[in-house]
Formats: sequence, structure tokens, C-alpha cells
Amino acid sequence: MASEPTTAPMGHDAALLQKQMQHSTFKRPGELAVVALLWLCGTISLITTVLIVTTLFGETIDFFREVSPAEFFLETRWQALIPGTESFGIWELVAGTANVVLWSMVFALPLGLAAAIYLSEYAHPRTRSILKPILEVLAGVPTVVYAFFALTVVTEYVLRPIFGADRVPIFNSLSASLMMAVMILPTIASVSEDAMANVPRELREGAYGLGATRLEVAIKVVLPAALSGVIAAVLLAIARVIGETMIVALAAGSTPTLTLMPLEGIQTMTGYMLQVGLGDAARGTINYTSLFAVASTLFVFTFALNVIATWIVNRFREAYE
Amino acid sequence: MTNSIDLRPADTRQVPAETTLRATLASERPANVIAEPTGDIALSVEDLNLWYGSKQALTNVSMKIPVKQVTALIGPSGCGKSTLLRSINRMNDLIPNVTTKGRIRYHGVDLYGPGIDPVEVRRRIGMVFQKPNPFPKSIYDNVVFGAKVNGYKGNFQQLAEESLKRAALWDEVKDNLKKSGLALSGGQQQRLCIARAIANQPDVILMDEPCSALDPIATLKIEDLMRELVKDYTIVIVTHNMQQAARVSDYTAFMLTDEKTTGQLIEYGPTQELFTTPRDKRTEDYISGRFG
Repeated sequence: MASEPTTAPMGHDAALLQKQMQHSTFKRPGELAVVALLWLCGTISLITTVLIVTTLFGETIDFFREVSPAEFFLETRWQALIPGTESFGIWELVAGTANVVLWSMVFALPLGLAAAIYLSEYAHPRTRSILKPILEVLAGVPTVVYAFFALTVVTEYVLRPIFGADRVPIFNSLSASLMMAVMILPTIASVSEDAMANVPRELREGAYGLGATRLEVAIKVVLPAALSGVIAAVLLAIARVIGETMIVALAAGSTPTLTLMPLEGIQTMTGYMLQVGLGDAARGTINYTSLFAVASTLFVFTFALNVIATWIVNRFREAYE
Repeated sequence: MTNSIDLRPADTRQVPAETTLRATLASERPANVIAEPTGDIALSVEDLNLWYGSKQALTNVSMKIPVKQVTALIGPSGCGKSTLLRSINRMNDLIPNVTTKGRIRYHGVDLYGPGIDPVEVRRRIGMVFQKPNPFPKSIYDNVVFGAKVNGYKGNFQQLAEESLKRAALWDEVKDNLKKSGLALSGGQQQRLCIARAIANQPDVILMDEPCSALDPIATLKIEDLMRELVKDYTIVIVTHNMQQAARVSDYTAFMLTDEKTTGQLIEYGPTQELFTTPRDKRTEDYISGRFG
């Protein structure tokens, strides 16, 4: 650095310039600290994930020492808690999860997309600025509230009057699915709306300029252009349904059943895990390790969904622009 | 092609009302008009005022746009030329809080009259935008989009071919119509957008600075295309480029925003006369490059 203060431009002495412009790690210590801090934050979450997965698969291996993989994957009966008659066929629990995913999506998908289209294409900006935050508040309701509502209100005052009290058991997958549809509706609507709002205005104008109506613009231009975002929203919602525990544990029952019918008591993978986790399964017992086997299965499903979501988003990213 | 599709607009749409004919008489000529267009009038803008919220963007604009001619709107940024263009097919309706006063008559029908459906307006008055904006669909799907939403009953393949031919793009894309419209170059994309507009069988085509995102060679192609298309269509073009206005247009309108008035029409007349013998000092300053 020049020793005397001067307003004149610096000289062009090559050796001096070389020294001044030399990169040095200790030149800006603040930057180094920030980089270290950020690295630490990233690493902590990475290490946690690795530890979780290691534990999960470690205990799962213990489980498969006692129960053959053939039984786990080929049997269709899950009976873990009655001593003497244990049977560990995962498919009843998988079916339970698939059941609630199916029925919650049947309700949430059309409603969520319709809400997104309304918000993005029809609503006046002022209406949207009021409605969207309200919608997002729905996402903040604790799921145990939904669960209780499903059990006490939906089954009793909605499903039974419609289908008949004798046909609707107190624990049934439909009440849980309906409440989960309400739970994920804001996710689907809000994330899809974000994706649709990001579609360039020029595309909309192009379609309007050709004499397309608002609905045609929304369905034929905006929705396809925002497809990757919409699919990501739906997969995110499915991942939440798969992982949701309170609602299914309280409202859907605890009887593993190999069915996709909505008016039956079922048990999902998460529901089983909660049941065992709350009980007093001693460490090392088959019940205890079965928890991890189910958790691993769940992990594989959600992981696959995330991979698919990432792939789809990348695959369709260049849909416009 | 034996039974090719006639893409020219149906003459039945052109029903000149008596009022329009009377209005073309020289005695009613406004002061800023060098000479009224002769022949049929496609669009007659009458005392048009437009506000975005409380901000005025157009002030008392009146002009007559002739059938099957190129009319250019020129002027510096913010002079309201794009706003005027977008008023013609009611694209401004899509922006919240726009207020429009005055009339635009299309063959005698007031486009802002009660009960007029903007969707029907846009089917007859097509538009090509500043930035090429093909849909993220195949070239074929892009061209037939308008026809599909408008319930066209004819042969879509033929329509696509004819439209692409008219837009001088057919030879470049005929072997891969299934390719995405976005895979084309900028100039090709803009010609695709023109093909898309033509396939809708419009009567008027509005072009909002259609060449501003293109290189000089692509620009020339579009300009040639305009001269070709004007044999069948009424074209209104907004351009920043005065040479372009001079090259392609038959009539030119010069617009300006000054301290007192936003979006006013300063001078309007045959392009040749406006560029060689402007009557208004401000027009002369602008076309000689003294500002803007």
C-alpha cells in the first residue's frame, strides 16, 4: 500500500502491482469467518442426516436377522403385537399409506389446482393479497387439531349421515384422508400458484392476443408452462401425507388391512410406528426393531419421491425462457 | 395443394358504416392530420383517453387507420404508442385499474361499446409482440393454437402449412414441426408468432416493436414479410426505429409526451409526406434525430 496519502493515481510499477493484487486468505478475515460458519451449518445437517440413516439401517439389519426378507416382502399380513402369532408382511401397512395418499389426493388435487388457477389467473391482485395469506395460515394448523376434528366431527357428522352409521366404522381412512386433504390443500394451491405466477406475462398475452378466453389461457398455456412447479407441489404434498402421523393414528384406526377402500379401518406405516413407539417395546425385541424396518421402508418411499420431484423439476425446467 | 385454405380475411366482416364514410370527408379533418387516408377505413380512433390508475397515458387521440395498409406509430419512449396499439385489441383490459374513454370504431362497431366481448375483438385483431413469445409447445401446436381455441373446423395440417408458408418460415421448419417452438432462433420465433397470428385468420394484425429483439438480417426478413402480408391484412406497427417506419409503412403517426400532455398525437399522414415535409416543428426535430 502507498505510505503517503495521495489523490494521484497509483503508479504502474509491475512488482508493486503484483504485490497489491496478490490473493491472500488473511487479507479479509471477516470473509473467512463467514465461510467457516456457513460450512459448519451445512455440515451439521449433513452429519445429522447421515447418523439418522445409519441408525435406521443398522436396526433394520437387526430386524432382518430375525425375520426373513422373504416374509417381510412377500407376506401380506402384519401382526406384530400379539405374541405367538407374529407376522411381518409389510404390504398391509404400505396399503394403509397408499389408501390415505389416494383418497386425500382425490380431494386435494382438483381443489388445490382450482384454487391455484383462481388465485393466479382470475383473482384481482387485492383479492389475492388477502386470500393467499389466509390460505397459508391453514398450513400452520397443528395436525393434532385436524386429527381430533376428523375423529369427532368428520366421521360423526359428515360421513355417517352420508353413508349410514352402520357402514362407517368410527375409525376409517376416509375421515383421515379428508382432513389430510384440507391439510395439504394450502401446500398444493400456494406452491402451484407460485409456479403459475412465474410464467412470463408475454406467454399469457400471446394467448389472449389469439382470442383465448381466461380459462383457455389458464388450462392450455399457464398450467403446462408451470407444470414442473405444479408437479413438485403435488409430490411435496404426497410426501407430507406419507409422513403424517397424528391424523392417521387418531382417525384411521390401528388395524392393518390390505385395502384401498375408503370406509375401512386401516393402519399406515407411520400409524404403526407411533403405536409401537408409545408402547413399551423393549430395546432389542422384535417389536422394537420392526419399528426401524418400517421406518426404513418409509424412508425409501419419501426418498424416492424427492428424487422423482427433483428429476421432474430439472427435466421440465426449460419449459419456457 | 389442390384445395388450399384462403387465409385472407373474409370480406363480409368489412361493413363500413355510414358514419365512418362521412367522417372521412376533408372538411372534418383535424389540424394535425396532413391528409386523411383514402379508401376504406379499418379502425377509427375517436378522442381516445386512457389512464393507468390516476396516471393519464393517452390524451385525445383521434386517427383513422386505412384497410390493407401499414400504419406506423412512432415516437420516443413513454409517448403512448404501445398503449394506443394495445387499446385497439383491448389488451389493456388485462391490466387492472385501466380506464378508457372515447371510441375505437372497427368498421363502424365501437370496440369499447357495451356488450362487446374482448375475446371476439382479439380474434379479429391479432397481435405480434415485442419479444417473440412462442408457447412452450411444438411448432405445429403453436401455429394451430388460436384455431383450436376458436373452434376452427377445417384441416389443421393444411392450416399450419399455409400459415407457415405465408410467414416465410415453412421451408425452414417443414421437416420438424414437432420440435419445440423455443428451439428456433429469435427471428424464426418471431415469424412463428406471425404464422400463429395469421392462422387465426384475423383482419388486422398489430405489431408491437416486432423487430426490437432481432438482428438486422432477421429484421429485414420481417419487414419484407410485412410488405407481403399487407396485400391481405391491415397492419399497425409500433416501432422505435424511424428508418423502419419509413421503409415499411404507408401512413405514419408521430406521438409525444410533453410537460403538459401525455400521449398525444402530434402529426399523422402519409409516411412519405410526414418524413419529408413535416408540418409540426416537434415532428421535424424527432425525425431529424434531435431528440428521442
